[in-house]
Order: sequence, then structure tokens, then C-alpha cells
Amino acid sequence: MSTDSTIIEVNNLVRRFGDRAVLDDISFNVHRGETLVIMGGSGCGKSTLLRHMIGSMKPTSGSVRIFGEEITAMKERQVERVRLRLGMLFQSGALLASLTVDENVALPLVQHTKKSPDEIEQIVKRKLEMVGLTGFEDLKPDEISGGMKKRVGLARALALDPELLFSDEPTSGLDPIMTAVVDQLTLKLAQGTHMTAVVVSHDMTSAFRIATRMIMLGHGSIVAQGTPDEIRNSSNPEVQQFIHGEPDGPIPLNLSQEEHKDHQHVRPRPFLGARFRFHHKRP
Amino acid sequence: MGVLAFCALKRQVKNYLQLNLSLLYWILIAPFTGQFFKIAPIFRQMVFVGVRAAPMVALTAFSVGVTLAMQAAHSLESLGAQMYIPDLVMLTLLREMGPVLIAVIVIGRSGSAVAAELGTMKVSEEIEALEVMAINPVQYLVVPRFLAMMVMLPALTIFGNYIGIVGGWAVCRFALNFNTAGYIMRALESADTWDLYSGMIKSAVFAWIIITISCNAGLNVEGGAEGVGQATTASVVQALLAMLVMNAVLTGIFFFAG
Repeated sequence: MSTDSTIIEVNNLVRRFGDRAVLDDISFNVHRGETLVIMGGSGCGKSTLLRHMIGSMKPTSGSVRIFGEEITAMKERQVERVRLRLGMLFQSGALLASLTVDENVALPLVQHTKKSPDEIEQIVKRKLEMVGLTGFEDLKPDEISGGMKKRVGLARALALDPELLFSDEPTSGLDPIMTAVVDQLTLKLAQGTHMTAVVVSHDMTSAFRIATRMIMLGHGSIVAQGTPDEIRNSSNPEVQQFIHGEPDGPIPLNLSQEEHKDHQHVRPRPFLGARFRFHHKRP
Repeated sequence: MGVLAFCALKRQVKNYLQLNLSLLYWILIAPFTGQFFKIAPIFRQMVFVGVRAAPMVALTAFSVGVTLAMQAAHSLESLGAQMYIPDLVMLTLLREMGPVLIAVIVIGRSGSAVAAELGTMKVSEEIEALEVMAINPVQYLVVPRFLAMMVMLPALTIFGNYIGIVGGWAVCRFALNFNTAGYIMRALESADTWDLYSGMIKSAVFAWIIITISCNAGLNVEGGAEGVGQATTASVVQALLAMLVMNAVLTGIFFFAG
């Protein structure tokens, strides 16, 4: 373990789409073992921020350091090396539709390790048990529910035992019990293996349960940050409105048409896979 | 408007060339750095591209062989040169109709399927998920499809040529009372190996064109289900045009300029 316990360091991050700054001068640090929850209204730049942290979008200015390395200046192959150490759970699960549930979870193991098929099967089974799924191994993603897809996505993100887990709304679409299971899993991993987690969430119950620190985004900048208690007792009316889910308050309800148009540009980057890349097998 | 269209075209061409370079890298260079592509997915794709297309190819090729023989019979009868029907069927199939028509079928059947499949993967974030797992989409998705196509289109072309010649024989034997041995002798005498090779070269070039255009269209889809539909149509149209133009160029090089 490195002596430097700062896993993510975001400094003065700015991302513009046209004239509008979707991310405007954002800075924060995440330390090893922490669970950071990023919250904020729809279209406030949460997903854009996440994409900058995994290196799939390049900022207009500012820096993002992951494991002490500047990810914004990296070549594709260096980014891939960093990505082997992190897991990402997509909002939709993003499972490969052509593969079965267990093949999906096995995919990173098959591609990046030299483990035997038996070992891989064991690991896959264990990961699926962790997220409370057994007996669905041979089904295709189309044949399982949205919540189950998400849990399979989580199992896949954890397949390589990542040091850092990004989750995009891990609990939306899950029933309260499954939400608790997923939250408990995140907590257990954070405490047991010192996994660091960055979670984007709307679900306030879940957020307060797992967070060691919280950031609230609004209009592309950080409205408030602190421990769950600090956030809960924040005097900022925007924060209070958000965590209590009140319809009236300082957060504007409607986007202007121009803002809406800008949001349409906040897409994942265009396909860049056609660049030369290398695979780095895990030792 | 004109400038926008030009920029879009430039971007498309750039994407296409990048895909080709990347493909060459993953096939020719990466295996020597210890990143060999997996074999099993190539065979899966070969079954889809080749084996499953065989009945369609057979039916098409047989119809074409029959049609060629009937047309030839009609025209050559007035010259009293019906004995040359096998020559005409053989040469037309080997040099032109075989490679072109089988490529048309493969474009309609497999090219569109590849574009739609990769496009759907793109819009459902599957491609992004692959990248985040440090799996290169070109290596994982494009390489097996490419290699399968490069093997199976020429193979289908040979198969189709054979069936087409059988079609010609059916007309000669049953409608024109040729004897079978005579048909075979005549057909074999008329063609030399270069006629076969030129057709094979053509179909290999077509295979390259078809699969790269389809994959490129799929990987660059934007905008949901509608985008997938547009990309699929575009891939079919572009692949057809490119294939036909390339056919003219290759025929020019092989049989006209030389």
C-alpha cells in the first residue's frame, strides 16, 4: 500500500461545452478507504465528473490525479493500466447482451488474468453470491430484471477486486432490502479491504448510510461538502431542500432551453477505441 | 451547411482510417507483444457469416447460373455458337458475378447485422463498459468479425461459383441436350487459374470493405435506436457502393489495363 493515502485528487477541474461550464472549478480529495457520495440534481454534472475521473473525458482545464498519477495527461494505454485497478458500475448495468450473467462477470477475469476456468468459475460464483444472486448464471441480461442487472454489473465491477469503485446510482431501481444489501456490501468492502468508493446517488437514505464524506454539486460547482453529519446539519438551504426532497426552495426547477440544449452535448465521448492501445495483463 | 457536411465527411473518413489502422495493429503487431486474439470468437463469427449464409448463397448462385445459361443460349443460338455456353457461364461467374453477387448477399445479411449489433452495444453503453474494463473494443469485437469475414467471403464465393456452374449445367443438360462430360470439359478448358484467382482477390478485397464499413458504422452510432437504424442503412448503402466501384477498378486492373 502506498504511503500516500490520497486516491483521487481533483484540482480546479473545469469542463466547458460551448460557453457553458458544466464543471466549474471543482476541487476535492478522496482518501483510501473513504466512501464519497456525490449528489446533486439531474444534469448538474455528476456523470460528467465521473467520466473525468475514469479518464474517458478530458477536461478543459484542471487536473485529476488517480493513484497519484495525472489521468488527464495520459495516453490510452496508461489509462488502461489505471483502469485495471478500478471498477465501475454503470447506471444501467451496461452488461454485454450477448453474454450470459456468469460470462459477463467472468469477462474481466478472462481478459486480464491467467486464471484457470475452474478458478474463474469459483470467483464468479463468489462475486454473484456477494450481491445476492445465485441460480441466474445461465440467463442472458434480457431475461433478468433491471435491479438484477445492476447487481450483476456490481459483481462484474468487483471481479478484479478493485482498489477503487465508481458507482453511478447503484441503488436506483432496487427494492429497499436489496438497497440495504448493496449498501452493506459497499461498507464491508470499504472497511475490510480498504476499497475506496465514489458513489453518485439520488437515494438519500442509502447515501447517508454509506457515506464517510459527501459532496453536493449544483450548477457545475460544489455547493457543500463534508461528513454526513455536517451535511445533515448544513445551514445551506439548497442542501436542506435536496436532502429532504422538497419541491420548493432555492434550487431552480426548470432548465432554460439553452441549458437543456447544452445538456444534450453531455454525452460519453465519441468512440476513441480506434486508437492504438495495449493490454496489460495483471501479473 | 456545406461546411458542416464537409466536416462530418472528414470526421467519418478519419474514423474509418483509424479503425483500419487499429485493426492492422491488433492483427499484425499486437500478437507479437503477447496479446494474441482469442480464436473461439472467430469461429463463432465464421459460423454466422459463412455457414448460415450458405443456403442463401446456393440459391442465388444457382439462379444466376441458370439465368446466364438461358441468356447465352438465346444469344448464341443466332450465331450457331451454342457450344460456347459453358465458357460464358464459367468466365462470368468466376470473374464477376460470383464475387459481386455473393458480396451483395453478405452485405445484406451480415454487414447490416454487424452494424446493428455494434450500434446497439454503443448506445446501451456496452462499448464504454468494455473500455472502462480496459478491454479494447477493436480487439474484442472487431478483430474476430474481420478475420471471420476475410476467410468466409472467399470461401462462400468458391462455393457459389460451383453451384452457379451446376445451374448452367442444369440448363445445358436438360434443356439443350448437352452431354455432361462435354459441359465439364468445355467449362474447364475455357477458364484458367487466373480467372479463379482474380475472383478470389476481388472477394477478399470486398470482405475487407464490407466488414470495416459495417463495424465503423456500428461503433460510431450516436443517438439511440434511431441512430442504430440510420447507421445500419448507411452501412449497407456505403458498403454496396464501395464494393461496386472497387469491382470496376479491379476489373480494370486485372483484365483491361494488363
